[in-house]
Amino acid sequence: MTVLEPTPQEVKTQQIYLEWGLTQEEYQLIEDKILKRMPNYTETGLFAVMWSEHCSYKNSKVVLKKFPTSGTRVLQGPGEGAGIVDIGDNQAVVFKAESHNHPSAIEPLQGAATGVGGIIRDIFSMGAEPIAMLDSLRFGELTDSRMKYIAEEVVAGISFYGNCIGIPTVGGEVAFDPCYQGNPLVNAMCVGLIEHKDIQKGQAKGEGNPVMYVGAKTGRDGIHGATFASEEFVDGEESQRSAVQVGDPFMEKLLMDACLELIRHHADILVGIQDMGAAGLVSSSSEMASKAGSGLVLNLDQVPQRETNMTPYEMMLSESQERMLLCIKKGAEQEVQELFESYGLDAVVIGHVTTDGQYRLYHEGKLVADLPVDALAEEAPSYNKPRQEPARISQFKEMPAYVPNVTQPLATLKELLQQPTIASKKSFYQTYDAQVKTNTVVTPGSDAAVLRIKGTNKGLAMTMDCNGRYLFLDPAIGGKIAVAEAARNIVCSGAEPLAITDCLNFGSPDKPEGFWELWEAAEGIAEACETLTTPVISGNVSLYNETSGQAIYPTPVIGMVGLLEDIATVTTQGFKQAGDEIYLIGETASDFNGSELQKMLEGQIFGQLTDLDLTKEQTRQRLLLQAIQKGYVASAHDLAEGGLGVALAEATFEKGLGCEVNWENAACDLFSETQSRFLVSVHPSQKEAFEAMMEQDKLYHLGQVTEEPVLTIQLADQRLSESVTTLKDLWEGAIPCLMKSKA
Amino acid sequence: MMYAVEVFVTYKESILDPQGEAVRNAIHRLDFEQVKDVRIGKYFEINIEKTEEPIEEVVESLCKNLLANPILETYRYNIKEVN
Amino acid sequence: MKFAVITFPGSNCDHDIYYAVGTVMGADVDFVSHHETSLAGYDVVLLPGGFSYGDYLRCGAIARFSNIMPAVIEFAKAGKPVFGTCNGFQILLEAGLLPGALKPNAQLKFVCDTIPLNVCQTETMFTNAYEKDTCIQLPIAHGEGNYYCDEETLAQLKENKQIIFTYAGENPNGSLENIAGITNEAGNVLGMMPHPERAMEELLGSTDGVKFFQSIINHLRKVTV
Repeated sequence: MTVLEPTPQEVKTQQIYLEWGLTQEEYQLIEDKILKRMPNYTETGLFAVMWSEHCSYKNSKVVLKKFPTSGTRVLQGPGEGAGIVDIGDNQAVVFKAESHNHPSAIEPLQGAATGVGGIIRDIFSMGAEPIAMLDSLRFGELTDSRMKYIAEEVVAGISFYGNCIGIPTVGGEVAFDPCYQGNPLVNAMCVGLIEHKDIQKGQAKGEGNPVMYVGAKTGRDGIHGATFASEEFVDGEESQRSAVQVGDPFMEKLLMDACLELIRHHADILVGIQDMGAAGLVSSSSEMASKAGSGLVLNLDQVPQRETNMTPYEMMLSESQERMLLCIKKGAEQEVQELFESYGLDAVVIGHVTTDGQYRLYHEGKLVADLPVDALAEEAPSYNKPRQEPARISQFKEMPAYVPNVTQPLATLKELLQQPTIASKKSFYQTYDAQVKTNTVVTPGSDAAVLRIKGTNKGLAMTMDCNGRYLFLDPAIGGKIAVAEAARNIVCSGAEPLAITDCLNFGSPDKPEGFWELWEAAEGIAEACETLTTPVISGNVSLYNETSGQAIYPTPVIGMVGLLEDIATVTTQGFKQAGDEIYLIGETASDFNGSELQKMLEGQIFGQLTDLDLTKEQTRQRLLLQAIQKGYVASAHDLAEGGLGVALAEATFEKGLGCEVNWENAACDLFSETQSRFLVSVHPSQKEAFEAMMEQDKLYHLGQVTEEPVLTIQLADQRLSESVTTLKDLWEGAIPCLMKSKA
Repeated sequence: MMYAVEVFVTYKESILDPQGEAVRNAIHRLDFEQVKDVRIGKYFEINIEKTEEPIEEVVESLCKNLLANPILETYRYNIKEVN
Repeated sequence: MKFAVITFPGSNCDHDIYYAVGTVMGADVDFVSHHETSLAGYDVVLLPGGFSYGDYLRCGAIARFSNIMPAVIEFAKAGKPVFGTCNGFQILLEAGLLPGALKPNAQLKFVCDTIPLNVCQTETMFTNAYEKDTCIQLPIAHGEGNYYCDEETLAQLKENKQIIFTYAGENPNGSLENIAGITNEAGNVLGMMPHPERAMEELLGSTDGVKFFQSIINHLRKVTV
């Protein structure tokens, strides 16, 4: 059977490229400047996908330039599969986060699962052993039955893939807001460990060197996934949402083990390695060639296929999972084949490297594409779209200060503990294997997860964080806060922040208001990364998160990794023993705009955000980290959603201890979300040393940890007291209760 | 000559099927109260080439040794000749 | 004294148990691939956790047909210690080395936690280092750990003191009589859902798994003396 494709002339006159997301100007650029002829059907498809936002960052490049990407420890910044940071002793940590929002909205279980699979491939393609996974999830309110289904299935997808492949899922975050109803966010982060000598690049060089395809066969799944990820959803257009891939974690485990064996024990024959992720074969192969200044010839008849009659277009764009592309030294084909065969995997030569910079595809003996590879992989047009401050921002600035009316702080605390964003996520993370590989020192539930590094005294702390509400009020300040809060989580666990990865989840950049949000948020993130010396080493951009014109909150999720030089100094958020002194670090103001309390009481968020003093933030974080490293601190917890009240309650939950706190403030202040604050507890024997060290900062002694599991807080004008068991039951029961309830 | 074989594997009647119960409860939430019982199983489509060995014996052996766990599960099958 | 850790495609706790036995206990240990057909020279066989063959069809159902399994069965029939945790337990059941079967967890979800267990028998080659009537903390991580057997088998398990571990707190998977781990009638094959190899160091939260491996070492020392 021959498939009749439109002729080049038909592609042009019928403007088929528009459906694939290529604009008329872009098409003309290809015809007039790059090829100086009309591109055929296959070639047009290749350009459309490689020039999509997802692959080319054409709309966000100008924004990403703001980020600091280098530092003394950075071995690999953005541009490869993942970034790499040196941690000494010839070891390095490799990490990256990636969004899988659109696939997860279509088919939540497989969407989340393949998101996990994709980011794991990015890590081992660098030569690193993946050691941990984290996930940042955003859902609409759990009162909606479809949302419950999506939440349940996304969690099941993460559990299915991560547990089977045997990489512990150690942390992350889950938050809920109505703006994510039509566009849930699924951001997965993978952390790997590598010896410097094993670091790989995704490159294809050396004339005549073979290009090998390894892993699963190619089917028609996920064709144009990258393009879909660059478009917004329209209600009622279900057919558009057809880019579903199915994950096979068992296959990926074999592929990972085989690739790592190749990298570690056959380094002499390996030239380059890259994952076939978004835009599959075309993106991996053209990027590998372009990066090395090479050309490539591929014979598509050799591509292992799962379905019959696949066209070149389909094979090149398929996003079938669990596939990798290798460039190896000529003559080593058999060695590679034998290695993969021992894992039950195929390894097939599908082409070779040339030196002329052309990208040529042959199918059934015919040349079906002949393009300059740089034009495809590197030279997509870059846009600096118009931007405009949305009307809401000036309205927020004009609003009078919002002070909530809290007359019964205990009732308010109980209600806050049951807000899904604050409530315990145990019912979700309990379905993730958090301990496989026996490195997990701090399991999910604390500010950051901590893993030990076997054979050393070191540890790695990791977290994912973002509060989209703050960004909705002010994307620049909110962006700063996202980075600062991630760093607070890392510092609270006793680690020094190293670097970040990010998932920039935004609405449409084609709307000036949408692009303004992205621009401003990036400004804030960049400034915070500069001050806190945490460069951006990897990340991804997910734009067009809109349903029927309604965008999500700007949600740049920050993934951060920190280093503990001595794992013995690891600290968690929970109070450790009765008699320990409790302190609050940092002053408290009336910061209720964008707070959990405001959302709970008013059903919406509004008002102006207080700017974040990054210098103060950095000084305070350094000081606290030193105190932890010196062993003065028994527990440390950063104050986030729900403020001091929620933080105190959470600190009692870990060991079921109580606390007696005296705080001469108004009741509502208990729930203020003023930034740069920490709740710490200190053993009486370290009290003096700790107080002396923190003298230069704002330190408030609050009271003591008690044996009796009762939370007691004496405020300026009233006293509240409640059993810790009661509070914990409310906090732990809230989400299971919502998930079960009929609605 | 080929056989197209369909195999159905389900829990034995005495074995609790929590997946089936979960589905029945979901059905009840959709207000189909008349649905009294749901049991979930596995379904296999197998193409087998004709050999000396009687096809029933081949299928029986496949089911007993691999497709079903006789401690928990029972099975039945349909065999159809195809070209 | 030499331990063998059998690796199947999809095993993912193989390195953990190797580390527990080799690095923490300081014993001699090798990985033995599913391709192999002999266990000559080994004194203990360990079947690790994971998702052998993706756990497609049923957990452990495909691993049972690996090249190495006849050797494992022969090893068990000779009365030598065979231990399977999690997926290893599932494989031992599918292979018929232990009675009964494992169903999906009653709550239909994977569960990862650290939970209390009763050590019901301390006379066995796997538990002799534990005190009588102790309660220990071990991690669990499984989706299909819901132990089932018919009444007759259950009566035999009780009669022969084959129930070695039971869940002391809330039953995490709905297993019959809170069963977490059992032996065969001869007492030399043990399967359990919890992971003793994950409870070997204070840093990771529990050291209650050390006595498990110590028991096997004690037993072998006694046998060789």
